Amino acid sequence: MSADAPLYQVRDLRLSLPDMTSKPLFGPRPRIEILKGLSFDIPKGEVVGIVGGSGSGKSTLGRTLIRLLDPSGGQVIFDGTDISHLHEDALRPMRRRFQMIFQDPMSSLNPRRTVSAIIAAPLKLQGFDRVRERAAEALDHVGLSRSFATRYPHELSGGQRQRVGIARAIATRPDFILADEIVSGLDVSSQAQVLNLLEQLVADLNLTLAFISHDLSVIRRLCTRIIVLRHGEIVENALTPELFGAPQADYTRELLDAIPLPDPDQVWI
Amino acid sequence: MLDGRSAIKRRAGLRLWLSGGWLLLIVLAAILAPWISPQDPLAQDLFAARTPPFWEAGSEPGFWLGADSLGRDVLTRILYGARIALIVAFVAGTLTCAVGAALGLIAGYFRGWADRIVSRLVDIWMAFPPVLFAILLIAVLGTGLTSIIIAIVVIDWTRFCRVVRAEAMNQGQMDYVASAQVAGMSRLRTMWAEILPNVLPTIVALLSLEMGIAVIVEAILSFVNLSISTDSPTWGGMIAEGRTSIHQAWWVLVFPLLTLFLTVLSFSQFGEGLKDRFDPVLR
Repeated sequence: MSADAPLYQVRDLRLSLPDMTSKPLFGPRPRIEILKGLSFDIPKGEVVGIVGGSGSGKSTLGRTLIRLLDPSGGQVIFDGTDISHLHEDALRPMRRRFQMIFQDPMSSLNPRRTVSAIIAAPLKLQGFDRVRERAAEALDHVGLSRSFATRYPHELSGGQRQRVGIARAIATRPDFILADEIVSGLDVSSQAQVLNLLEQLVADLNLTLAFISHDLSVIRRLCTRIIVLRHGEIVENALTPELFGAPQADYTRELLDAIPLPDPDQVWI
Repeated sequence: MLDGRSAIKRRAGLRLWLSGGWLLLIVLAAILAPWISPQDPLAQDLFAARTPPFWEAGSEPGFWLGADSLGRDVLTRILYGARIALIVAFVAGTLTCAVGAALGLIAGYFRGWADRIVSRLVDIWMAFPPVLFAILLIAVLGTGLTSIIIAIVVIDWTRFCRVVRAEAMNQGQMDYVASAQVAGMSRLRTMWAEILPNVLPTIVALLSLEMGIAVIVEAILSFVNLSISTDSPTWGGMIAEGRTSIHQAWWVLVFPLLTLFLTVLSFSQFGEGLKDRFDPVLR
């Protein structure tokens, strides 16, 4: 693979799930199309924001990229390998290279494991050596003192928990990280700290990042490219300055208008 | 970056101490029965028949809680009865737990066809009236300790199965399960290493409850004379015998009944107390 080839090439990606609200007497449930044939690239080193309203399929798209969900059609090519229909056994060794940070760290950190066990889990499963050392380094990277290693998730604050989630994701030194709404559960000052940390890590560790959010002002700060989703289709895919400067789609304009402006002269009604 | 979250300590409640204390007493009684019993559990002494407990007029030394209509010491028989009750509680409770929890965990975590098979089986099982089912089983298997234990396991595994299945389903939705997959953990190992420890408090509480239920079922079967041979005193058997002479000798019925009641209550309270105490997650 040449250096300038995109990390991800997504071609006509489709995903449908059975409709759980409908219970036909005979035959299978009708299927709902969540992703309706998406095609885009994620170049190496880029921070891609995926935005859209609720139900637009942004989380589904993200989880399909790292094969937490199986696509029903199309291709997801990661660094030259089509992973869209790879068997889990074949996929497992590759999982070191794409990790995920979850929205709710209270739910994504096993409450019965210590912080060090949580961060060490992917290292052990992927067969790394010096597991303890690497886990401790990951703690350093996210700005948590090594004394946190022996603590349990419920002993930490929201921001600290999310840092542990980030430490786990970067521990295996992945090429790609999916961040799904990772600041939406945090207060504003923790949000800013976590975002600063993420920016730092992207630069230091040479990461490619997909950042899912419904908050365009967060996306604008962090991302180099933005993909706007609506009802499972790509409405717009543009570099951040272009998208904010001259939005092409009506839906994008609607989203941009919905951003509250930090303007003291603005009249709040 | 330290805060008060780690400073919170929880005390073991009064509930845990009381129920644990009573259970310890019963366990000691069962183990030490041959040495601490004032009489032989089977020795009949017709001169001492229906001797009242020690505080009533006409009581005899050595018959602390009175004697039944054949002159057998009630206290001694309660102590020996604890042996059968506890063996049934621990063996039947543990086996029921193992069978039910394993099936529930698999059904709740793997879903799909495994869940459909287990759930239909549970539905069918629940349609049988449990006590009649037990009596039928004993009739087929014959009486004896093993039959009782098998009967309890066969009847009661559904209780574990349903609760553990629901809890495993709950836990399966949590993101830490998804993150285990992202880390490259296999499905089976995820169930074992991630889900099971989080379902364990529920299983422990239920196991303790089940031990109490096993004691009750054994007492019911003894009551209808389908338990083990009359050579071994059982609480249920004593209650059945005491029922016939309730107007002349109330103590033959009341003391085993009270012991049974306190034991079953202690088992269920002990389980709840343990669950509260050892759950690291503040709810």
